[in-house]
Amino acid sequence: MVDSAATQSAAFVPMRTTTTSAAPAALAATADGEQVKVLIKDLNFYYDKYHALKTVNLSLYDRKVTAFVGPSGCGKSTLLRILNRMYELYPKQRAVGEVMVDGENILAPGQDLNMLRAKIGMVFQKPTPFPMSIYDNIAFGIRLYERLPQAEMDERVESALQRAALWNEVKDKLRQSGLGLSGGQQQRLCIARAIAVQPTILLLDEPCSALDPISTQKIEELITELKTDYTIAIVTHNMQQAARASDYTAFMYLGEIIEFNQTPVIFTRPEKKQTEDYVTGRFG
Amino acid sequence: MAVTSALYRRRRLGNFVLLVFALGATLFGLFWLAAILGTLLINGIGAIDLAMFTQTTPPPGSAGGLANAIVGSLIMTAVGVVIGAPIGLLAGTFLAEYGHYSRISPIVRFINDVLLSAPSIIVGLFVYQLMVIHMGHFSAIAGAVALAILVIPVVVRTTEDMLNLVPNSLREAAAALGTPKWKVVVMVSYRAAIQGLMTGVLLAIARISGETAPLLFTALNNQFWSLNMDAPMANLPVVIFQFALSPYADWQRLAWGGALLITFAILGLNIGARALASWGGTRSGA
Repeated sequence: MVDSAATQSAAFVPMRTTTTSAAPAALAATADGEQVKVLIKDLNFYYDKYHALKTVNLSLYDRKVTAFVGPSGCGKSTLLRILNRMYELYPKQRAVGEVMVDGENILAPGQDLNMLRAKIGMVFQKPTPFPMSIYDNIAFGIRLYERLPQAEMDERVESALQRAALWNEVKDKLRQSGLGLSGGQQQRLCIARAIAVQPTILLLDEPCSALDPISTQKIEELITELKTDYTIAIVTHNMQQAARASDYTAFMYLGEIIEFNQTPVIFTRPEKKQTEDYVTGRFG
Repeated sequence: MAVTSALYRRRRLGNFVLLVFALGATLFGLFWLAAILGTLLINGIGAIDLAMFTQTTPPPGSAGGLANAIVGSLIMTAVGVVIGAPIGLLAGTFLAEYGHYSRISPIVRFINDVLLSAPSIIVGLFVYQLMVIHMGHFSAIAGAVALAILVIPVVVRTTEDMLNLVPNSLREAAAALGTPKWKVVVMVSYRAAIQGLMTGVLLAIARISGETAPLLFTALNNQFWSLNMDAPMANLPVVIFQFALSPYADWQRLAWGGALLITFAILGLNIGARALASWGGTRSGA
């Protein structure tokens, strides 16, 4: 599956370079030896009549962190919410185009949304622990897909909490409510909950914007840890965060991808003036 | 400066006048509440004894209690809630969780509001037509159904309101794990709103436990001890109604006792509902 996606994108690159202006920028970063995990082709998105994303072409690479930056309302979160079809919860929102995940178009009709969302985890801006114990917050997602004996479940819960660097802080109070944790802990709980169902892609929608600097640092370290196993897409308003935590950065403006490249390139020698102005804080 | 201080004095005067009116209105309302509770206490406390809870309603001129009416009220209220609360919870769930963008939601909501403010005597007459006439006699089950019809709109309204207070981000987070919709509702929304949902049911119980009109046409009354749902059943409101209007002093005394009992039971339910709601508020806010 992964192979076919890679082949597809390889065939896809030279073709696109000759068409719209956004396309070459979007694919310029294709580096050697990196496999495409998610391939977005000619994606348009509408909130009823409002055209929120305009012909987006982009690749997310396997086990890399891709950051989405840009001023508010530019479509970063919208793009993220297409990748797990979160927008389907609301009527009058529709996506047109293709999003290939492991070679399969997830926008195609007949796609099982619950299975898709099991494969593509998401963490939101505000921590959203469920009103249940810390243990059950993690077990909740696992129980949706697997019937495990108690000991195995305990193991899975522990390993998810370990992965999210939360285990040491909560191991003595697993039966207490998840609502009693601090904001930063709650957010790591949500990350643990997302990875407990063993997705391959993690979508992080401004995961640190409600957190203090120390919690933010912990989450960033966690992102770097997690990319050994997951393909990560992160929306952030914090330029330093994008620079620190990501391998690739996409700069978006008014529903378009203005520039996409390896993060150091975007931050040190961007091709477009607009990108430079934004990442250096002169605009936006 | 002179102008400013004149303006300031006028503002202070305005503030004072408004404060006096507001305080006066509050005291006026509280006075009647206290007067009602006080009168009930003074007249009713003498009737509250062991016999009231152990003996059935007496014929005029002999000793007795309200045991059959108390039990009858409890049974019909319980059955009414058991029938009405699930329907109300499910309909409220539809409005808040499933029917957000449905065109029939505003219609359901409007009809529910009409039902919420419908005079309870109409509900009594409706069930009389629907059940009592067809069954050929008054019965406790008809009374319970009439009470259930009064429970439904209260529970629908509180359920919808409480579920709407659950942040959407929580539902999205559950959906993002691949949780089926029904499981999002049951495992996440209900859990987050449980105190509010229980408060709604308590308020509905408080609402129906003093209703007289719907029972007058359905359960009627029963002088004797009866647990038969298919027969007329004694109940506090109707007993109070009959005994209070009677010329017999001992019946009137029992009516005062029953009125005191029912009033404080409802007061207790309301305080319980408030406590539950505020306990839920502080807990989820922590």
